[in-house]
Amino acid sequence: MSASRRDFIRITSLSAAGLIFGGQYVHSAVKALRQEGIGGSSDPLRTPTYCEVCFWQCAGWVHKNEEGKIKKITGNDDDPNCNGRLCPRGTGGVGMYYDEDRLKTPLIRVTGKDGKQTFKEVSWDEAFDFIAEKLQKIKKEHGPECTALFTHGSGGHYWGDLLKAFGSGNIAAPSYSQCRGPREVAFIATFGDGLNSPEPLDIRDTRCLVLIGSHLGENMHNGQVQEMSDAIDNGASIITVDPRYSTAASKSKFWLPIKPATDIALLLSWIREIINNEWYDKKYVEQYTYGFEELKNYVQPFTPEWAYGITTIKPDQIRETAREMANAAPSVIIHPGRHVTWYGDDTQRLRAVAILNALLGSWGRRGGFYIPDKMGLPAYPHPPFPKPSRTWREAMGGKYKLADLALASGVCDATIPSPELDCNIKGWIVNGTNLIMTLPDQKKTIDAINNLDLLVVVDTMPMEITGYADVVLPECTYLERWDDLRVAQGRNPSIALRMPATEPKYNSKPAYWMAKEVSKRLGLEEYFGWDTFEEKLDWQLKQVGSSLEEMKRLGVKNLPREYGNLFFEEGEDVDFYTNTGKIELYSTAFEAEGFDPFPVYTPHTEPPAGYYHLNYGRAPMHTFSRTANNPNLTDLMDENTVWVNPKVAKEWGIKNGEPVYLQNQDGVVSDFQVKVRVTERIRFDSVYIVHGFGHADKKLSRAYGKGVSDSQLITRVLMDPVMGGTGMRGNFVTFRFEKESEVKS
Amino acid sequence: MRYAMAIDTKKCVGCSDCVVACQTENDVPIGYCRDWIVEITDGTYPQLETEIRSERCNHCDNAPCVRCCPTGASHYEAGGIVTVTHNKCIGCGACIVSCPYDARYSHPEGYVDKCTFCLHRIKKGQQPACVEVCPTKCMYFGDLDDPNSDVSNVLKKRKHKTLIPEAGTKPHVYYLI
Amino acid sequence: MREEIITSGRLNPNIDPHLEIWHWHIPLYLFLGGLAAGILFFASLYTVLGKENKYIGAVRRAPVIVPFLLIIGLAALFLDLRHKLYFWQLYTTIKIQSPMSWGAWTLMAITPLSFAWVAIHIREFFPNWDWKWTLLKELEKFLVKYKKILAWIILYFSVILGIYTGILFSAFNARPLWNTSILGPLFLVSGLSAGSAVIILFSRRKRERINFAKIDIMLIGIELFLIVHMFMGFLASTEVQIDAANLFLGGPYTAPFWIFVVIIGMILPAVLEFLELKKFHIPVIIPVILVLFGSLMLRFVIAYAGQMSRWLY
Ligand SMILES: Nc1nc2c(c(=O)[nH]1)N[C@H]1C(S)=C(S)[C@@H](COP(=O)(O)OP(=O)(O)OC[C@H]3O[C@@H](n4cnc5c(=O)[nH]c(N)nc54)[C@H](O)[C@@H]3O)O[C@H]1N2
Ligand SMILES: Nc1nc2c(c(=O)[nH]1)N[C@H]1C(S)=C(S)[C@@H](COP(=O)(O)OP(=O)(O)OC[C@H]3O[C@@H](n4cnc5c(=O)[nH]c(N)nc54)[C@H](O)[C@@H]3O)O[C@H]1N2
Ligand code: SF4
Ligand code: SF4
Ligand code: SF4
Ligand code: SF4
Ligand code: SF4
Ligand SMILES: [Mo]
Repeated sequence: MSASRRDFIRITSLSAAGLIFGGQYVHSAVKALRQEGIGGSSDPLRTPTYCEVCFWQCAGWVHKNEEGKIKKITGNDDDPNCNGRLCPRGTGGVGMYYDEDRLKTPLIRVTGKDGKQTFKEVSWDEAFDFIAEKLQKIKKEHGPECTALFTHGSGGHYWGDLLKAFGSGNIAAPSYSQCRGPREVAFIATFGDGLNSPEPLDIRDTRCLVLIGSHLGENMHNGQVQEMSDAIDNGASIITVDPRYSTAASKSKFWLPIKPATDIALLLSWIREIINNEWYDKKYVEQYTYGFEELKNYVQPFTPEWAYGITTIKPDQIRETAREMANAAPSVIIHPGRHVTWYGDDTQRLRAVAILNALLGSWGRRGGFYIPDKMGLPAYPHPPFPKPSRTWREAMGGKYKLADLALASGVCDATIPSPELDCNIKGWIVNGTNLIMTLPDQKKTIDAINNLDLLVVVDTMPMEITGYADVVLPECTYLERWDDLRVAQGRNPSIALRMPATEPKYNSKPAYWMAKEVSKRLGLEEYFGWDTFEEKLDWQLKQVGSSLEEMKRLGVKNLPREYGNLFFEEGEDVDFYTNTGKIELYSTAFEAEGFDPFPVYTPHTEPPAGYYHLNYGRAPMHTFSRTANNPNLTDLMDENTVWVNPKVAKEWGIKNGEPVYLQNQDGVVSDFQVKVRVTERIRFDSVYIVHGFGHADKKLSRAYGKGVSDSQLITRVLMDPVMGGTGMRGNFVTFRFEKESEVKS
Repeated sequence: MRYAMAIDTKKCVGCSDCVVACQTENDVPIGYCRDWIVEITDGTYPQLETEIRSERCNHCDNAPCVRCCPTGASHYEAGGIVTVTHNKCIGCGACIVSCPYDARYSHPEGYVDKCTFCLHRIKKGQQPACVEVCPTKCMYFGDLDDPNSDVSNVLKKRKHKTLIPEAGTKPHVYYLI
Repeated sequence: MREEIITSGRLNPNIDPHLEIWHWHIPLYLFLGGLAAGILFFASLYTVLGKENKYIGAVRRAPVIVPFLLIIGLAALFLDLRHKLYFWQLYTTIKIQSPMSWGAWTLMAITPLSFAWVAIHIREFFPNWDWKWTLLKELEKFLVKYKKILAWIILYFSVILGIYTGILFSAFNARPLWNTSILGPLFLVSGLSAGSAVIILFSRRKRERINFAKIDIMLIGIELFLIVHMFMGFLASTEVQIDAANLFLGGPYTAPFWIFVVIIGMILPAVLEFLELKKFHIPVIIPVILVLFGSLMLRFVIAYAGQMSRWLY
């Protein structure tokens, strides 16, 4: 697998689909029109959108009441991502619009970057002039490649185009190096393809779903939760590996309460069981895989008894669950997870997951992994982007060759001057990502920010990151704006429209407008050639046989597959985009880069006495920082709790509901207190908190001081040597009942 | 006609979507709710069992809230749905006190409010908002007198229970177990 | 370990974490209603029995406060309504099964009756009273003429009122602490006891006072018996009721109940009244106030504790 070959294939296959698409779909568009009933006027109180509360991007409708006020948001029945049902966060999206703490007008900093917001309100023109001037200065003094974009969400498209036009390719999202990066790299290495989003998992048809830390049901990625429920209905068995009795564990036939950080041992042992009992899919393995014999030899030492000593999972449970998977194969899914940056050996753990799936023959099989299809949508015509004189990889010193996207943490590192890197990044645009709460090691993030000449933050809320900005640009919420079409992969390709349901509140504006305005001041307006965004969307839609008018009515359009079958045919010849053209049980790409071609279990540091693994995850009604101040959603949950096993609570004499501070192994004490939830649902070597709480910005009137922030306590980062992911679960905490300052005073 | 709801505790993940959907559908003020989620865990690590339920007014056949209401504001609608006529309600709280499930609340405007089984939607042939939104499709709604309704079918197939049957209220929200 | 939590942040004000929808208004209202019923009961009883001249305190003097008690009680009830503008809806229907409804109607009836009673006895306090308008004079004449019948009607309604204040709580099956048939008699007796205490205060004759002190001691005896009985009933019942009883047996309402209601509000005044009968000199106001205090506290404690008690599921 050379990076260039993979990129090439990906691009050609996509654009081919796009080309073919052009002529053919006029027909189906007409059909769709007919179904809807031509002349069936669209309801003025109902406008289409797709959700921006997380990145599953469910399509839905915004409903207004008779006074024209936004009332509710519901799912679009035709949308494959949500099947007409939004998750609680999507349903509660109205709260983003009504939140009275929203950013209301552009701001420019008046005093130092101290995380405290001392800003003056300015006009949009002043803000843009300021940004343009600073960017030009950076370009002159350091070169345009010394700028970077951090983004999560729709606005990234426009700022990305602006940055590329400006001459920089440093476009990074924390949803890669802090999230699914290791998974993508592991699956690309094994199957030649990443998973992307929504993951092409045929959960609804599976007979056995294995969740390794994937806490579906708390992780509310909509389609997956829906399909897990379908699978339960169909009698599928669920195996959950989690140190915590998660919601998913409570729905499972087997719960394996694994000792944290030991998953690779369990996976290796499962692989051995499946190979040694000849439970693997022999035909499939023979036809499609590379390196089986080596693998077989390699896993021989990893007996269930060996794994028991490491994972605390009993040998007969390991055997029984291996058999359960094998009985269901190939309709079995060892779920690849999504937030997988845990312990720094994550790419290797995900390799083990990929290998297990390959042995059971679930890749390309019903009830396993399907082959996704996605439409190619032509970009609105613009001049070619200049080639940046330095790529993001070079900016980071050429490390992490296997990473297929830029690393947010890496760009952050490259901003801090060091002897190894000659060009330090001087300007950041941060769109829709609260880096302070998102990147581990807050101190480092702040160090990097202190080295910047310009920090532009585009956000809807006065989140922590805005406190460090030179310029804050208030974006209107997704309910008040146009955005690029959602082009989703899935069993069928689909597109979805987002249009404003109402005028933006306050003096907020859409990101596409901001980017175009800045482009004018940088002389790059030709990259934003459209006059209105509607014009751009209509042009794009017409290229693929639809129109803005049609999409306003439909909201979502499903298209037939262009990309072959959902599953492999019996015995079908398949060419995998790996170096060997096979599913690589033995990874030649890893070997070439000097990494272990098979996953290796390495022991991790254990918590010192009195300390516990700091485990974190999701609550179904919140998305990170994003919803922390949302009136509808904080109404459901306004603070996190720290889950503590009763034995531990007893040892410490802590009662249920008692507030405590948490202190980590490096002596960092949480800003705020968190209430203890004494529960049997967690191991005694771990505590658990939901990520996204403990906000320190007083402007967030509902979120301020509620619960603790896991991010603050994640100071020890376990770097994944393969792709630069930041393992965040190597931190330990203990309880404190008073803060130092309180003791003194 | 006898409306009823069945909720599958084996599928409900406790996400609270039903709660938000009810809130936006029925203009339930922030800080109040007509439905809510209960999670009960039994056992000792690692032998655990958790039941998750979405709860609301049970639209009891023998509803103490209707009985004790001095004005007739609380009453039965066709199909056994228990509702409150807002401008007949004096806000005396008797019905709140009388409900063993604490399913009612006092609306900031003064009257008492509670789940209506989304009567306004049923009348239009739609499902209740909570049922329609539930991502796990774990809620079933319909007419018990119709043997082919969703709720009749699922109650035939599955073991089920009601909450506090010993209170004698004859609830019409069933939990599949 | 069993863990039961509401995960959706259900925090309906006054409902969660436990019911607190009825505040001071309702127990005060019930106390005043019970007291009024007690006074009117004795007033009308002795009238009907033809002993009005022997029991002037009970028949003519004490009832003077009843209209005030009822009006303050009604005002408290009104204040507790959260949808006040719709108050009149109470009088658009009669709902037999709703204690609130027949309480409202009973008060509607008994309040004017109590005014009438006071009116025909007004000269007990103001010997030279003159009803100025002839209509009123005629009315007084009419009432005086049919005083016995009026007494019968008042006797009837005072019993209803007394029982009503007792069973308002016990009608609520949903609150295990209230869900006992003893609460009705207990409140009724407590109302009578409070009534007799007030009569002692108003009475000017020693014989009447002694008589009512005896009645009161007997009533308190019955109350204590009922209380013991109530707890025996709870403890022999289901887990839910045992839990309810435990609010008073080690739970948060233990001290208020046993100290304020039982000891200070019942046993102590009974002892004082007993001592008085035994010719010790006790200022009459002390046992009276203690009895009234006990009777009020009983309703407060039962009202608040009852709202805390709930079914388990
Ligand atoms: N400690 C810790 N760190 C983590 C994780 C964890 O679990 N624990 N999870 C990791 C994972 S998996 C991920 S994917 C990342 C995600 O991390 P982020 O992408 O940073 O996610 P959010 O915290 O949601 O940040 C969203 C920001 O976007 C703003 N925003 C919301 N809507 C809009 C909009 O319409 N326009 C604009 N311009 N801004 C908007 C919000 O106000 C908020 O400031 O975090 C990673 N970091
Ligand atoms: N409601 C909601 N849903 C979301 C999001 C959200 O913010 N809110 N974010 C979305 C995003 S961007 C992502 S990336 C996904 C993340 O969702 P997942 O990929 O499901 O999240 P993880 O953080 O990998 O998993 C958290 C679980 O891992 C368990 N765990 C901790 N340590 C270990 C260990 O050592 N071994 C094992 N086997 N398990 C362990 C924890 O107990 C917890 O149950 O969620 C998505 N869905
Ligand atoms: S999963 Fe929920 S939050 Fe995410 S896009 Fe869908 S509805 Fe929105
Ligand atoms: S929406 Fe459905 S799954 Fe979610 S809590 Fe409600 S009933 Fe349960
Ligand atoms: S659940 Fe409560 S409010 Fe609903 S009908 Fe039954 S008693 Fe009335
Ligand atoms: S509060 Fe309203 S609905 Fe409830 S009993 Fe009183 S009048 Fe009836
Ligand atoms: S049926 Fe309607 S009113 Fe009742 S809980 Fe569901 S959404 Fe709310
Ligand atoms: Mo993520």
